[in-house]
Amino acid sequence: MTITHPLDKYIRPSAAKTTNCPGCGNGILAQAILRAIDEEGLDMDDFVFVSGIGCAAWIPSPFFHGDTLHTTHGRPIAFATGVKLAAPDRRVMVVSGDGDLLAIGGNHFIHAARRNIDMTVICVNNYIYGMTGGQVAPTTPLGLKTMTSPYGNVENSFDISGLAAAAGATFVARWTVFHTLQITRTVRKALNHKGFSLIEIISQCPVQFGRKSGMGNTRQMFDNFKNNSVTAKKAADMTDEERAGKLVVGEFVEINKPVLNEGFSRIREQLRERSGDGED
Amino acid sequence: MKNERVRTGRHFMQGNIACAEGALAAGCSFMAGYPITPASEIAEQLASRLPALRGDDGVFIQMEDEISSLAAVIGASWMGKKAMTATSGPGISLMQEHIGLAVGTETPCVIIDVQRGGPTTGIPSVELQGDTVQVRRGSHGEYQVIAVAPSSPQELFDHTILAFNLAERYRTPVFVMSDAFIGHMREEVVIPAPEDIVIEKRKIPAPGFDSETDQAFLSEDVAPMPVFGRGFKSHVTSSCHTETGKRNVTDAIALDNFIRKLDAKIAKHRDSIIRVDDRTGDADIAILAYGSVYRAACAAAEAARAEGMRVGVFRPITLWPFPDREIAEMSARVKAILVMENNLGQYLHYVKAESSCPVHFIEPEILGTMHDIGSVLKKLKEIR
Ligand SMILES: Cc1ncc(C[n+]2csc(CCOP(=O)(O)OP(=O)(O)O)c2C)c(N)n1
Ligand code: SF4
Repeated sequence: MTITHPLDKYIRPSAAKTTNCPGCGNGILAQAILRAIDEEGLDMDDFVFVSGIGCAAWIPSPFFHGDTLHTTHGRPIAFATGVKLAAPDRRVMVVSGDGDLLAIGGNHFIHAARRNIDMTVICVNNYIYGMTGGQVAPTTPLGLKTMTSPYGNVENSFDISGLAAAAGATFVARWTVFHTLQITRTVRKALNHKGFSLIEIISQCPVQFGRKSGMGNTRQMFDNFKNNSVTAKKAADMTDEERAGKLVVGEFVEINKPVLNEGFSRIREQLRERSGDGED
Repeated sequence: MKNERVRTGRHFMQGNIACAEGALAAGCSFMAGYPITPASEIAEQLASRLPALRGDDGVFIQMEDEISSLAAVIGASWMGKKAMTATSGPGISLMQEHIGLAVGTETPCVIIDVQRGGPTTGIPSVELQGDTVQVRRGSHGEYQVIAVAPSSPQELFDHTILAFNLAERYRTPVFVMSDAFIGHMREEVVIPAPEDIVIEKRKIPAPGFDSETDQAFLSEDVAPMPVFGRGFKSHVTSSCHTETGKRNVTDAIALDNFIRKLDAKIAKHRDSIIRVDDRTGDADIAILAYGSVYRAACAAAEAARAEGMRVGVFRPITLWPFPDREIAEMSARVKAILVMENNLGQYLHYVKAESSCPVHFIEPEILGTMHDIGSVLKKLKEIR
């Protein structure tokens, strides 16, 4: 008897081997996403997966066995906006890196959140540019050494989830790859949420991040995720000092607001009523 | 009546509006754009018309910039929509990244370029044929595009339909090279009855298409497009890919195949893509002009004829792919060619490369204005 992985049916047959380095967090996330889709009982054919350029962008493409659109660096959300507006009945999921979505793609990110376009954006925050060899990212913590901040990063970093919330995202959550069950649960929630969902996943890049930053190997980073993360609920009761250096995780925002496509449908209906189209 | 797709009849219409109406007549149901003079009226017209279309979920969205505009257009095209954007020089500059992506992923889309003065911000409302080479060569790598150059509001209507048809037929981005003159000009525009408008339908694979094995990309004869949402499980990537669309970023041979097949797809069909209007007849001097400058070329040729000179006009309607053979043949029949462009000579060098006779050049005395016919006549006399 051959035993196949229960999620194997979601993997494109021709995409047999992973492109991730050993110890990378991307594989854990890929599984958690597919498990969420599986547990929701959804059909891959209902999805369009869009990704940009970077290691994280390779999670859905070419691996997920559905419609996958692999685009330019930083722009997947803009492509996904066209997809969703053209086909409101499709589920649109964007998976990409922090550099992709927040540096070069920062403008598209905030505008999609503002528009509350109905899509699920999963942003892998590994604090670094993995694919290009470990350069500084807009998420790299202050003081950390990278290939392009060899004397220590002098820039303040983005709080991705905070930015998404401020820009108008109606569902915002953050987990580390240590929180596999929570990721799956949150992705399921996000898939059922109508509006712009942002899930930030803090992940380790042992190869490019650990090397120069001194943050150690996969195990050390994983331990850090485990020991240093506190849920938003817990963090609320902590003093600033207690919270310093902690990774606050959890679901931060879940609100209902009209989504972009609804606005278009409403206008169409009004125009039709006005012109009496319904009558012929 | 107001929300019909095709507004059949005779109209006194601005070029930009004619362009928008042409897009609707061609079946466009998605536009994403970012305002820029002198192209904005196209967006404004479609913002008003698309949502009001009868029986069609037309969408207009104003994006945050031109980069995202073309991205959204490509996304919509993969959902099976006929999609377009409209912009001008600085916007075309920003779009270059996704022009390359549309070529590489073989995505049909139409890009209206209402050219204006440049470099940089330049003068927004002054026309310059400044993007002639940019649209052909602006994105990185090796590729081909299709670009047509109308010279009147009527042609803005007709050529926009042509652009959609070429885009669908060859799965590629197609440019309409308009400019501030004709975009803002008002003239008579005749819109035919819907049944008299020829519409090209996109080839989509039959049910049962297998994304693992069936050719969906890199066919010199244009593979059917496995649009999303039909269970095709299409894998579309901007990276180098094989005929089935599978990414291959390690193999130089795969890259060679990727580039050459896309190039050959256009080159092989050049005869059915390229349109020229050759009115050189018995002429011994040919004025070669395109777009709005074609109007000045016709006026100059007429004035020259009145003075007994045998001058004719040769007009590339399709700027790209370059009508090399047509120009070579014409150059063998005339004694000289005078290239007229509203720039410092962008097309000139391509014309020179193909011509067997002497090739001269004249730009307007003041760039961004129409050529002065007197100056053109003087030049023609010098050449003669
Ligand atoms: C326009 C453009 N600029 C730069 C690059 C090079 N590049 C590829 S991936 C990448 C960064 C990826 O970082 P991130 O999004 O954080 O993803 P990761 O690889 O860490 O998962 C860059 C800069 C590119 N492909 N395109
Ligand atoms: S470079 Fe880093 S992010 Fe990229 S696959 Fe390797 S470990 Fe993962």
